[in-house]
Parts: sequence; structure tokens; C-alpha cells
Amino acid sequence: MRKISHRTGRRHPLASVALLVVGLFTTGGAYALFTGTATAESSAVSEAQLDEGKKIFQANCASCHGLNAEGTNAGPSLIGVGALSVEFQVGTGRMPMAGSGPQAEVKPVQFVQEDIDAMAAWVASLAPGPALPEEEMLSGGDASNGAELFRVNCAMCHNVAGAGGALTEGKFAPHLKNIDPVHIYAAMVTGPQNMPVFSDMNLTPEEKRDIIAYLKYMDGNASVGGLDLGALGPVSEGLFIWIFGLGGLIAITVWLTAKSN
Amino acid sequence: MTDSGKELVDAGAAVAHSDAIENPGFQPEHKRVADLDPQRAKGAERGIAALFIASIVFTILAAVAYNIFPIVEGDPQSIRLNNMFVGLGIAFGLLAIGVGAVHWAKALMHGHDLVEERHGTRGTEETRTRAVEIFKEANAESGWTRRKLVRNTMIGAMVATPIPAIALFRDLAPAGSPQEVLNHTMWKAGVRLTRDPNGTPIKASEVTIGSAFHVIPENLLEVEEGFLDEKAKAAVLLMRLNPSDLKEAADRKDWSYDGIVAYSKICTHVGCPVALYEQQTHHLLCPCHQSQFDVTEHCKVIFGPAARPLPQLPIAVDAEGYLIAQSDFLEPVGPSYWERAL
Repeated sequence: MRKISHRTGRRHPLASVALLVVGLFTTGGAYALFTGTATAESSAVSEAQLDEGKKIFQANCASCHGLNAEGTNAGPSLIGVGALSVEFQVGTGRMPMAGSGPQAEVKPVQFVQEDIDAMAAWVASLAPGPALPEEEMLSGGDASNGAELFRVNCAMCHNVAGAGGALTEGKFAPHLKNIDPVHIYAAMVTGPQNMPVFSDMNLTPEEKRDIIAYLKYMDGNASVGGLDLGALGPVSEGLFIWIFGLGGLIAITVWLTAKSN
Repeated sequence: MTDSGKELVDAGAAVAHSDAIENPGFQPEHKRVADLDPQRAKGAERGIAALFIASIVFTILAAVAYNIFPIVEGDPQSIRLNNMFVGLGIAFGLLAIGVGAVHWAKALMHGHDLVEERHGTRGTEETRTRAVEIFKEANAESGWTRRKLVRNTMIGAMVATPIPAIALFRDLAPAGSPQEVLNHTMWKAGVRLTRDPNGTPIKASEVTIGSAFHVIPENLLEVEEGFLDEKAKAAVLLMRLNPSDLKEAADRKDWSYDGIVAYSKICTHVGCPVALYEQQTHHLLCPCHQSQFDVTEHCKVIFGPAARPLPQLPIAVDAEGYLIAQSDFLEPVGPSYWERAL
């Protein structure tokens, strides 16, 4: 009995210190946990993610872009291109390139989003560059203003209906149908490959949102003029009328002059 | 035989061989199923009537579709179905009439072959003599060759009638000298470069490397009459390159600002807007006829039918940092014309 009371009554000299430490860790940890999730959404860059990003980069991209993204003869330096460039190039499957050609083409995405984010975070940590836009800058724009801006700034290469078009020496401006708004935004900001840059000082983020709204409107609504035949203009329309229009006329002419059985 | 045959033939007449093949005449008449079998004829008749009835149905459907798919104001999508069904109804309505009529002619109408002889074009001697006589009589009765004053004044009056047309059509030409209109644009010293379409001025610091700005002169938006004409002449593409990429001529060194260059957007071939700028190759492509211009070398033509480089707009920066024009273009923009001096 005495032994028990002795045991329960007696405290280790460091017990209060230990209690204090535990208490501090609990409150501090809880605080860090709650605020931590809040900051994670805006700029979640942990040391582990950077390491991971660097590893993935060095394993997959370094042969052309250099071990520290400094660039080589085969590929440009990526210092200062920002997270947005990585999201665009890797997130659309353009990078890593399958082979050298006039331009990097869209193909199935080679990485999971987590890995793309890690690489983006690492590239962004090298030097300041364009970051991913806020979610609200990607939807809810004014499609009619966007259409005017698109006609002025984009339609010469991407076609007024966003069907894409040819450039020089095998290069082309890709079509813009059903593209993730982040990638439309990223293309305007970063000017990938031969596309000119449309920085926020040229087209404001609101104007970019309007252009995205226009392209999304085009995705969601069929052509008012009926079958658009790919909206390629005289090429597809001419082909159609030569084959089906003239073909139909020839068929009718043959039928007209043939004797009835 | 052939030699003597040739001599008989008039030089201007068609080739007529004396050993020509004899006209074989018609093939035995081709009997159609409808000719042979009254039952099939009845069937064809029903088929043709069905086509005409189908035509009526399609015509009515077109009218019904117009009401079922009304064009709703503010909803462009409503035009689509309306146009499609009304168009299909009218098209098939007309097509069925045509197909029915042809089918009727081919299957049921009289089917014998027949020949229509071609007539000679020369009239008989009698007709020809009479025609000459008529001319002579008319001349004598009207005094056409005798009363020269009347005749000549009448011809003069008729020649004079189109004169008002010259005055009317001449007025369609641009006021004043057309060369003046073609030679100059709205750009002049101190005019700010502004964004198309909203007209906000552009600071040199806002034009990042690799950027392409579509530019109009700041005073363009105040133009009320001839806005599009002025815009079509003054449209400019502004690009910023790495200054070391530019290979500028000595006399044009001060036309750019720290790698920022401004060129007319109007192709020197036939005037399409050249704005397909590739920021890595620094080539400008005209989408109409594939002319290519090299921005690094004063937009000289490197491919395609354009005859001249794109005119460069000399630019500078004003005290507030905005881009301004140093002057108008130093040569006429756009395609060639007769009076073009350069």
C-alpha cells in the first residue's frame, strides 16, 4: 500500500518539463496542422516535394535540359520558366519529347499529376517565373469580349473557330478544342515553342479569362451554321463540294441520259 | 477513186468521202418494261405519283419545321435547327418534283428514236436579193445617206448620252488624289501605339521578349468616317526580340527600341493581315499565300509571292515610357499599285 502510494506520489524531476514539452508540441502541432493545410493550397512546396521533383527531372529531362535545368545544345535552359511552363509542357504530354521534329506534339501525358506538380515546384524554385493561376481566373469570363480578343490576338494562327492552322516548315498552331483551361492560360502566359508571349501586361488576367470563356463556349455549342466540317475553311469545304457536290451532279447526269430499262 | 473524190469537194465544205459508210439507221426500238407489261407501267405510274406526293409532304414539313423550331432572339443555336429543317424540307420538295418529272419522261413517255435534220444556214437567192432591196429602199425612203446633217447630229447625240455616267462614276473614286490616300496612314510623329481593340497605350516595359502586340494608332478610335479604311492601312504588329537577334541596317538602327520593332501588318502581296509570328524563328507568315518575312532583317521576303519587305514603323518612347511613332511609314503600306513610286 505504502509502496503503491509511494509509487504514485513520486514524480520524476523531469516530469513537469516533459509535460510542458508534450503540451507545447500538441498545441503547436495542432496549430501547424491547421494553418499548414491553409498554406498548402496556395504554395505547397515542401522540401520532400522539391527533392522528388528534382529526382524526376534529373531522371527524365536532364539529358536535354541539363542536370540543373541549365540547358544543353539539345534543349533550352528552364531556369525562370516557372511552374506554369512545366504544367503546360508536361501536363499536355508535349514533354518529354518523343523525338526531335518541327515542334513538340501533344501525346498521352507521361506523368501523374503529383509528379508534374513536384517537377513544377522544383523548376519554380530555381528562379522566379510564372506560377499557376488562381482557380477563379479560369472560369466565368465574358465570352463575347473573349471572342473579340481571340479574333484580334489568336485567330490568325489558331483559326477563328479555334481549329488550328499551318505555320512554316512543318510547324502548326494546334486546335483549341476541349483544352484544359489551365493549359490555355499557360500557353498565353508562357508562349510555348513558337507561340508569342501574351503576358499579363498585354492581355490582363481578366482578358485571358474572357478568351477561355469564349473557347469553352465554342466547346459547348455546335456551330450555328450547321456541319462545320472541322472549321478548316476552303480545304474541307472544297473537298466536300468537289467529291459530293460534283459527284452528285455526275450521278444525276448519268441517270438523266441512261435509257430506262 | 479517192483522188477524183477529193476534187469534187468544195474547199470550205465538210469532209464528204465518196466511200462514206452507209447510214445504218436506228437500232431496233428498245422496249422498256413499262411498254411490255401494263402491270409494270402501272407500278411506274404509282412510283412517279408517290414522288410528287413526297414533294408535297416535304414542302409542308418545311413550313411546319419553321414553326416547330422558331428562331429565338439571342439564341444563335436556334438558327441551326431552323435552317437545317426548313432547308432540307424545301430541298427535298424541289428535288422530288425534278426526279419525278425525269422518271416520268424516261419510264412512261413516248420512247421512239427520231431524227431532226439540221437546216442549211444560207438563205435562198431570192431571199438574199430581197433583203438587199429592203436596205436600199429604206435608205432611199429615210434619206440616211442623203441627209447627212440629220444623220450625223443623231450619231453625235447618241455618243454624247454616256457623258453623265463618266461624271457619276468618277465621283466614286476617293476624294482628291487616290495616291495621297494610299501613300499615307494615320501614323505621325508622337502618336502613341495602342492595343487593338481597346485602344490602351503600350509601355515599352510591358512588351516582354517574345511578345506580339496587335497595334492601332491612339487616335483611330476617334475616327467616325472611314474607320475600317484607316484601320486597314494603319494596323501594326509589335514584337520584341532579343536585341542581339536583330540585324538592323545602319540607317534604321534608331527605328526600333531595345529590341522592340513595329511592322505594318498589311502584306505587300495582296494586303492580307500578316500576323502569324513565330517567336523562335522570328518569321512572319502570311496565311493567304504563304509569303514569309524575316523580322530580324527588316521583314525581308524569304519565301512566297510578296515583292517587298513589310514597311517598318519607326518607333520611340515618350517621357512617360509609352511607345510612340517617330513618323508615318516611310513608304506606302500594302500591295503595289500603278502610281507607287517605290
